[in-house]
Amino acid sequence: MIRLPLGEYFEAFIDLLKDNFDPFFKGMKKGVLAIIDHIEDFLHFIPWWLLIILVAVLAWRLSGKKLGILSAVGLYIIYSIDLWSEMIDTLSLVFSATFLALVIGIPLGIWMAKNDMTERIVKPILDFMQTMPAFVYLIPSVIFFGLGKMPGAIATIIFAMPPVVRLTNLGIRQVPEDVVEAATSFGSTSGQMLLKVQIPLAMPTILAGVNQTIMLSLSMVVISAMIGARGLGEVVLSGVTQMQIGDGFEGGIAVVILAIVLDRITQAVGTRTNAKKTS
Amino acid sequence: MAKVTVKSLYKIYGPRPQKALPLVKQGISKEELLKKTGNGIGINDANFDVEEGEIFVVMGLSGSGKSTLIRCLNRLIEPTAGEIYIDDQNIVGCSDEVLLQVRRKKIAMVFQHFALFPHRTVAENVAYGLEVQKVPPTERIKKAYEALEMVGLSGYEESFPSELSGGMQQRVGLARALATEADILLMDEAFSALDPLIRTEMQDELIALQERMKKTIIFITHDLDEALKIGDRIAIMKEGVVVQIGTPEEILDHPADDYVRAFIKDVNRAKVLTASAVMKKPDGIVTLKDGIRVAMRKMEEVGISSIFVVDKARILQGIVTIDDAIDALKRGETSLQAIINKEIETTDGDTPLLDLMPTAIKTKYPIAVINESNRLLGIIVRVSVLAGILGEEAESND
Ligand SMILES: Nc1ncnc2c1ncn2[C@@H]1O[C@H](COP(=O)(O)OP(=O)(O)OP(=O)(O)O)[C@@H](O)[C@H]1O
Ligand SMILES: [Mg+2]
Repeated sequence: MIRLPLGEYFEAFIDLLKDNFDPFFKGMKKGVLAIIDHIEDFLHFIPWWLLIILVAVLAWRLSGKKLGILSAVGLYIIYSIDLWSEMIDTLSLVFSATFLALVIGIPLGIWMAKNDMTERIVKPILDFMQTMPAFVYLIPSVIFFGLGKMPGAIATIIFAMPPVVRLTNLGIRQVPEDVVEAATSFGSTSGQMLLKVQIPLAMPTILAGVNQTIMLSLSMVVISAMIGARGLGEVVLSGVTQMQIGDGFEGGIAVVILAIVLDRITQAVGTRTNAKKTS
Repeated sequence: MAKVTVKSLYKIYGPRPQKALPLVKQGISKEELLKKTGNGIGINDANFDVEEGEIFVVMGLSGSGKSTLIRCLNRLIEPTAGEIYIDDQNIVGCSDEVLLQVRRKKIAMVFQHFALFPHRTVAENVAYGLEVQKVPPTERIKKAYEALEMVGLSGYEESFPSELSGGMQQRVGLARALATEADILLMDEAFSALDPLIRTEMQDELIALQERMKKTIIFITHDLDEALKIGDRIAIMKEGVVVQIGTPEEILDHPADDYVRAFIKDVNRAKVLTASAVMKKPDGIVTLKDGIRVAMRKMEEVGISSIFVVDKARILQGIVTIDDAIDALKRGETSLQAIINKEIETTDGDTPLLDLMPTAIKTKYPIAVINESNRLLGIIVRVSVLAGILGEEAESND
């Protein structure tokens, strides 16, 4: 049997990219790191108690007392088990990755919705991105960007982007045809159509995508820790590798709490936009 | 001058419509074309004018191409071939900028399922057409409020569409179309999704609004009663072809083919046909100064026993019977003034025959059809009321 040298081709391809586009990757690294660092600096700058209050108030306003209390208690537990600083690192990574995933993903989703050809090309790529085990993204990321939070962020972006792209596309395509016809018949330009009709009506669906993207980013924290990203992932990972059950457990609990708080808050944003138009 | 003119319009659906066009022009049937090239025929050589201020109704069975036709008029659907003139400007093949302006200023559309923007308040919905034209907010909201007042929705401006009933939602749809002050309204089965009662109400209201606004309206419906009620003229479509265009009376009295005949067979003619449709020219009339002798001679000539009297502007004065005339002559009278009978039945031209029936049955004389200044337009004898109601068959049997 002939062995298809798929892996070698891929390697050659990556080398080619690296040799020819090195300045590009360097620039990209600088840009992405700047974003992560800014978010990190900012979140570290806020005192822990103030952040807890801010999150609790936000949760309360968006959803109700229950979520407000839940968020406050959850975040306080993280503080009290001495994982606050790690949590901030993780949160920064999640926010930066989500931010970049949205900046790329939402326009891509819009383009897909407006252009059938684009949809036909992008859809299989998204399927590929989502089914490929997340670990695999780590290798080229490390090759291009070295160790640390940068390759973690890149791998996270690639892994977390598909839902928001898909759901943006879906949300816009689901806007009823006669509503689009009505907007057209009154002389909307395609930009007006998008901003005044399609995006507002697709918003609940897009927000569901944002929620999923945040959750997927968070699910990458342990994996990115393997290539040197700091934060809660590192805690869990060292707990596992050094057989320190207690530390690992605490790290895990902190991840779960963060996940619940982020999930509930972003969902509450979604239901609020939903409620406004049907009220 | 026509407001909208459609010339040799074709719409062919499916792959490479330009290739199928010659076949369609040669008269290939729908089924054959589908088999041969996979194309469907939406519109096949439509030609018509819509006059300013008229309600032009398009009727036809499901799939006959009504929606396709109306959507070509603002190019929501791209015609395959032909010309569409809006105020003398051909909008087929015009630039995007021209098309945008036509949609913004000249044509507005009302949709079957309302197609309101669910995330906007009623007023914001109505203001949409002005918003895309970048009219400042205060001005466009003011216009939206005015349009909502016209359709009787004052007080609901800040509600959301989902809070309104179907009938009210369609009023919003109508107000949205009125707010841009476009001259032309396209209404695709605008009332079909409403309950019968609400529907009748909306029809009446549209007619009342039209009296005031004098828009040019192209109205699509499945429903013949609706078409006859609101249409000044009706076009009937069958498989993409416009098979007949005419006033309601023309269509009822002279259906072009069996398809049209099938359409109109259940119609209640008494409700639809109006006095002006069955009235005829009086066989003779006299003026006041003619005198009794002239009146008698005219009655004898055409063999009638009574004759209408008008003044020189044809304003109706009354009626004179042959018996009264003979008596008066015996007494030595010569002027008609003495024997004129003013107790006559009159009607205006728009009264349905149904409403004329009781009068027609009890009156001794023909009914005079007059306009608002009492000018005599024609007369209706009892037998023409009945003939009108029975329709064609009665005519062709005699
Ligand atoms: N997008 C499309 N692609 C292909 N064929 C179409 C398309 N839209 C309409 N048709 C076909 O064109 C013909 C006319 O359709 P149209 O919707 O204009 O009919 P209609 O008279 O409005 O019917 P209805 O009373 O059901 O609304 C039908 O045979 C329909 O199947
Ligand atoms: Mg239709």
